[in-house]
Amino acid sequence: MTPIVPTANYLLLAAVLFCIGMLGVLVRRNALVVFMCIELMLNAANLTFLAFARELGDATGHISAFFIIAVAAAEASVGLAIVIAVFRSRGSVNIDDIQAMKH
Amino acid sequence: MTMPPVEVVLFWVFTVAIIVSASGVLFSRNPVASAMSLVACFFFLAGIYVLLLAHTIAALQVLVYTGAIMVLFLFVIMLLSLTDTGPLAKVSVSRVAGVLATVAVLGVLVATVSRVPNAGTPAWMADPERLAAFGTIKELGAVLYTQWLFPFEAVSLLLLVAILGAVVVAKAKV
Repeated sequence: MTPIVPTANYLLLAAVLFCIGMLGVLVRRNALVVFMCIELMLNAANLTFLAFARELGDATGHISAFFIIAVAAAEASVGLAIVIAVFRSRGSVNIDDIQAMKH
Repeated sequence: MTMPPVEVVLFWVFTVAIIVSASGVLFSRNPVASAMSLVACFFFLAGIYVLLLAHTIAALQVLVYTGAIMVLFLFVIMLLSLTDTGPLAKVSVSRVAGVLATVAVLGVLVATVSRVPNAGTPAWMADPERLAAFGTIKELGAVLYTQWLFPFEAVSLLLLVAILGAVVVAKAKV
């Protein structure tokens, strides 16, 4: 049996990836880049599911990752449609300019 | 000197590549460069998924993420012909708060993960038949179409609604 990389290493990589995505969501002001960073966070969640699936020898983690990918596709299509609609009405995708619902 | 096992080498190669390309998404001034970095990041993540014996999910990752979702992103970026003003041009209260919150979350996650015990090779891998079947389309399909059939149908409905919603929202005149 060849030695394998410990599950904790994969979890650590997922944590770092999640935090890069989170930093992007909080710091970037371009709505499209914010969307891409949300995809990064979803992938970090997927990585965690798959790491535990291998640890436990259980395919349910793969099913969860499968559903996350499908939901991410739906989220991206609706989110990008909203970005297009906002750009049409305001001429910008900077999220600092989109604050009609703030007050 | 003995060579480290190939899985260890590949893990570190993919890890460095993922972190570099994810940082590229974060720090590129041009949204197209961000999108291309994200494509690279998803490819290397698919490599990590293969190391985790999730071959089917790795294939889906390349097909759905890099094939479909990122093409959609690039279409929208080019449709809107965006010019970015730069990611970190000015320091504001919300940005500093965002960096602090991210560091705090990273600290909590690392503290939690460091408490995961290193159990070595999982016991189930001793069975060669299970090891060969794990993560294959056959095994995934058997679980998906029996135990998870209803959620699977619900997701197909969700995708249909998302298609209709995207068309309605993005249309010029409703």
